Amino acid sequence: MNSIYFDHNATTVLDSRVLARMLPWLERQTGNPTSRHIYGRSARDAIEYARGQVAEACGAYASQVIFTSCGTEANNFAVKGMAANRPEMQILSSKIEHPCVTRPALAMQALGSVSRQIGVNANGQLDLAQLTEQLNIPTSLVSVMLANNETGVIQDLASVAELARTAGAFAHTDAVQALGKIKLNFTDLNVHAMTISSHKIHGPQGAAALIIDKRLDIQPLLHGGGQERGLRSGTENIAAIVGFGAACELAATNTQSFITHTLALREQLERGLAQMKVTIFGDQVARLSNTSFFAVDGIEGETLVMALDRKNFAVASGSACSSDSTEPSHVLLAMGVDADMARGAVRVSFGAQNTSKEVAEFLATLQHEILRLKQLTAMAA
Amino acid sequence: MSATIEMPVVKDTFNADGHAHEAQPIYLDYSATTPVDPRVAAKMIPYITEHFGNPASRSHPYGWTAEKAVENAREEVAKLVGADPREIVWTSGATESNNLAIKGAANFYSGKGKHIITVATEHKAVIDPIRELERQGFEATFLQPEPNGLLDLVKFKAAIRPDTVLASVMFVNNEIGVIQDITAIGNICRENGIIFHVDAAQATGKVDIDLEILPVDLMSFCAHKTYGPKGIGALYVRRKPRIRIEAQMHGGGHERGMRSGTLATHQIVGMGEAFRIAREEMHEENKRITHLRDKLLHGLETMEEVYVNGDLEHRVPHNLNISFNYVEGESLIMAVKGIAVSSGSACTSASLEPSYVLRALGRSDELAHSSIRFSIGRFTTEEDVDYTIELMRSKIDKLRDLSPLWEMFKDGIDLSKVQWASH
Repeated sequence: MNSIYFDHNATTVLDSRVLARMLPWLERQTGNPTSRHIYGRSARDAIEYARGQVAEACGAYASQVIFTSCGTEANNFAVKGMAANRPEMQILSSKIEHPCVTRPALAMQALGSVSRQIGVNANGQLDLAQLTEQLNIPTSLVSVMLANNETGVIQDLASVAELARTAGAFAHTDAVQALGKIKLNFTDLNVHAMTISSHKIHGPQGAAALIIDKRLDIQPLLHGGGQERGLRSGTENIAAIVGFGAACELAATNTQSFITHTLALREQLERGLAQMKVTIFGDQVARLSNTSFFAVDGIEGETLVMALDRKNFAVASGSACSSDSTEPSHVLLAMGVDADMARGAVRVSFGAQNTSKEVAEFLATLQHEILRLKQLTAMAA
Repeated sequence: MSATIEMPVVKDTFNADGHAHEAQPIYLDYSATTPVDPRVAAKMIPYITEHFGNPASRSHPYGWTAEKAVENAREEVAKLVGADPREIVWTSGATESNNLAIKGAANFYSGKGKHIITVATEHKAVIDPIRELERQGFEATFLQPEPNGLLDLVKFKAAIRPDTVLASVMFVNNEIGVIQDITAIGNICRENGIIFHVDAAQATGKVDIDLEILPVDLMSFCAHKTYGPKGIGALYVRRKPRIRIEAQMHGGGHERGMRSGTLATHQIVGMGEAFRIAREEMHEENKRITHLRDKLLHGLETMEEVYVNGDLEHRVPHNLNISFNYVEGESLIMAVKGIAVSSGSACTSASLEPSYVLRALGRSDELAHSSIRFSIGRFTTEEDVDYTIELMRSKIDKLRDLSPLWEMFKDGIDLSKVQWASH
């Protein structure tokens, strides 16, 4: 496959240095970290080393890191676990959350909770006035993502956390898209819990973490052998955890160069897009430097994404998790974007390996495809 | 971009061929986890290096390659256990499978009743979710097994109530290796309209499993007990008659809504390959392992005051759990550093509680503490077994030489009748 990969917010290629660190554990994996013999103890040491690397990368203490199997699990654990002890209270999230936050919140309604979603403005920023008003109702948890996977828009989490704490609610943030792309500090964010994931930062699939305030009253999602201080049972995925740790160390070291590099690429891209009657979503506010989400006037549905794919550009038409369906992006709808335009949106998300030459090729192809699709539309009309 | 990762020392205890370095203890803890088969590792690595991609990404070929690999692996897993691939749901491991099966079925069918039957010797990953359901208003019966570890079907039948909705019985016990009569238990469940879940984490590649015939509704699997990677498992969910479960992890709607979350493609591929190898090689392998187990058993049971825990007939050959009487448990573990074994289930050995499984068989605390689980597998050799026998015999002799209890026993004193002075 000689595709040019512009879909780093969906998943990233494993860094070879991370792989090198994982290989001994991938190839043998002898030893259950719970066992007391040397095989078990060396597995335990590897996990604890990784825990330190993960903590360091997000401004947390190692003791605050609870490993899970994926970001979805960490978000389910956070939402269900933090709401569990006050099930009669409402759960607040936002209209632009990933379904792995909003769906567990909905599932908690079976226990008597109510799930409500706070809206965003046209730029994709959370409506803090609406949040303040909703917090007059007893609330167990406020969960708002730090950076949106589709638009890249960064929320004012410190304010969200402050409002939640004042109202006696817990604050959680899904920071999966933020790790490695902005300076991330759990302590400064002032939230009670934060989700991060490995495969978005050139780490392997199969590892993620919920970073939690140790005093947090949270119920486990998985019950069993009592691993992760009883908060996440199940034999640890050592190789993935080791890789996650190594990826975190690299991401933390390289955050600044990542920002500089991808920002230059995006500026190049968006300068080109400006010539093509394109709407770029969230471009008036703080966004992740690697993300550009746009739609072309008059081109509908996934036709453009499909056309780009035929030209070997891997881009997304929405979040990977929802691209099974042809529903327009819920994020764009929440921002007030017209459904037809939302269906045709294209997300470009850069990684450190992308080049200026690739962006130039992409722009040339895009211009050509837009012209071709518009001619087809005109012929059909 | 360059960053250096300071590597912690990986205590690489195995050679490339899967055999222990000489200085390392011999690995006899296959029931805790198995080394990854080199063929499995070889199959996995391309999926973590070249064919990366999110299987749910539908708009580009990276996602398609991943999806195809995932579906091939699903077929391999299904084939080993006689299931339809559509009945296999990926999870992060057996703990998640057990949680999903038990909480998922109990919650979905709670309208039919809120009573659950299980066995006291189940893995914590079954017991703890049931305890959690008890806190939510369910009632549970924890049946005591017979002294040989097997479930008495009459007692099982007697435990059934009109509101019994779910039963969970493990196929092969992790500590003592006994095989329950899943067919008979399943038939009783069918007759009584009870959903039947089986934890088969310790069974794959060791016993034949044919879900076309077995009256089982939900079955949990994991890869890392069958020479596959850690962090991947599966839950079998019967389609005919259709069994419904409530999802425990919600999100993108992966796995037909039963389990959301990005799938680790290389791990799934590893599980598929591990289960393919198990299907093709288990019968030959079991013969070899039975021979090794018999040799180990013979070498150890010829000592005095040695008790095998669990039935020897209805048992996988990979497991031998033995109590060495008149030997203190901790000093026993310290004395046998040349072999890596477990003194209880791996998941409970962080604590010094006597094994609850051995206690349920009626073993005293002392015998439970002085027990060792030897679990052997694909890479265990004759030499490993010879060494283990020799090591155990000499160390047990030495420990008993130091034991006043052993001396009293040899002097013919009935220790159960001794009135100990209180301190």
